[in-house]
Amino acid sequence: MTRLGWLLAVFCLALPVQAEDVVLGLSKDRVAITATFDGSEILVFGAVKRETVIPKTPLHVIVTIAGPYKPIVVRRKDKRFGIWINTESTKIEAAPSFYAVATSAPWDEVITKSQDVAYQVSVAQAIQARQTTHADAEQERFTQAVIRIRTDENLYQLLENKVTIDEQTLFRTSIEMPANLTEGSYDTRILLTRNGAVISTLNTEIDVRKVGLERFLFSLSREQPLIYGLLSLAIAIFAGWGASGLFSALRRS
Amino acid sequence: MQIYLPIAEVSVNAFLLLGLGGMVGVLSGMFGVGGGFLMTPLLFFIGIPPAIAVATEANQIVASSFSGVLAHFRRRSVDFKMGTVLLIGGLFGAAIGVVVFNYLKSMGQVDLLVRLCYVVFLGIIGSLMFVESLRAIQRSRSNVKVSFKRKQRNWVHTLPFKMRFRTSGLYISAIPPLIIGVAVGVLAAIMGVGGGFVMVPAMIYILGMPTKVVVGTSLFQIIFVTAFTTLLHATTNYTVDMVLAVLLLVGGVIGAQIGAQVGARLKAEQLRILLALLVLMVCGKLGLDLLMEPAELYSIASGAGH
Repeated sequence: MTRLGWLLAVFCLALPVQAEDVVLGLSKDRVAITATFDGSEILVFGAVKRETVIPKTPLHVIVTIAGPYKPIVVRRKDKRFGIWINTESTKIEAAPSFYAVATSAPWDEVITKSQDVAYQVSVAQAIQARQTTHADAEQERFTQAVIRIRTDENLYQLLENKVTIDEQTLFRTSIEMPANLTEGSYDTRILLTRNGAVISTLNTEIDVRKVGLERFLFSLSREQPLIYGLLSLAIAIFAGWGASGLFSALRRS
Repeated sequence: MQIYLPIAEVSVNAFLLLGLGGMVGVLSGMFGVGGGFLMTPLLFFIGIPPAIAVATEANQIVASSFSGVLAHFRRRSVDFKMGTVLLIGGLFGAAIGVVVFNYLKSMGQVDLLVRLCYVVFLGIIGSLMFVESLRAIQRSRSNVKVSFKRKQRNWVHTLPFKMRFRTSGLYISAIPPLIIGVAVGVLAAIMGVGGGFVMVPAMIYILGMPTKVVVGTSLFQIIFVTAFTTLLHATTNYTVDMVLAVLLLVGGVIGAQIGAQVGARLKAEQLRILLALLVLMVCGKLGLDLLMEPAELYSIASGAGH
């Protein structure tokens, strides 16, 4: 056996045997952005598999869906020379383009602060964990602004009490994805907690893709920008010529 | 019906865009203006990112100018030589404009630049038009005919590199048209406009060109400068949204043809006052946005690439 194999074996043995596991279903594991895309609703449902009796403490479920992480620049306006212009700016190395968290009870009941830090469940922790530099108070204000703006745009959602659990076994929730989604793979996690501590997690992915015409135009604009530009011009000239010809024909008749 | 714009990555109502294109098209047909200076701010208002609005509008102007210039070709009211000199300046101007645009974009100041340009130019053009059309109404009421005398010789005629422009009947230096071309090119790249509203007065009052060739020649120049601008934006910023452009230009070219018919039957002075007020309103809205404290002080921009 190779050294890596030994390490893996030791690692597996060291893990406690999970008493409760998640079995998951998704209403769809891919979202197609078509020309008439107007948002999407995803139904996340599943069951808790266990071989032992149900523990006394209540079970909670957290569902998170995170869009692709991208670097962003956040700017703040200040009044200079009588008008409001961008002055201070900061770079956030990775912020999710979309982030939804649904829980089965109020936030403070489902997970403790330290478990949130360890598993990066809330969007603030998810952003924080991907920063290489330590955040000072100023950086913190910029991060808060990102969360506020994207929450207003429905891109970041905290859905407390939106996961329903039946008999401590079956759970389901639905998450609305807005129309202005970006492409990529959306990391979906299910976390089971008891007493605010995470006891089991499951990861899967939802694939969000532009399809058809949207896909074609977007790829062309990035891979062959000159051809894309020339095509736009050709359409413009053809439309202009067509309209002029059509209307002068109408006038003559 | 919602349409997802592949480059802007926002979902907008298709009929709203067709309607906007049509409305601005009617206005541009009625007043003989390109309409870019109205369309681009309207696109800001409905939530299209300014960089995309400017680049896509340049593409749409190619369509409306091409539609317009064909009529002038038939009437032979295009001064190709003058147009070419203006165009050489315009291409330089557009290149400078896109470089400035990209530099300010990396600084996070491009929105400010575009908005400031709009407030300044719409303010000037709107006020001039308003005053001019008020005077015209007064003139038509008092029924006094005023004749304008064009200065035969001014500073333009003292410059070197003289060229003969047969269609315009001019023998002037090539430097002023080149400079005008550069200025219009810069405006086209930064503001997403054709620049006819600056070029036409400049051609009449600075170059002394006869009015009948001015519009055709400016359209001829605008087609190439905005086409070049479109290509520059498409290859350096990837900000031309073809779906948005198509929706706007379908509305626009139809609207322009209707507008031209309507405009021929209405009183010019009253119409011009309405257009002036509309321009001043758009200017006022953009100006207020800069002056008033915004509800959200922070803004998010992509941190990749630039």
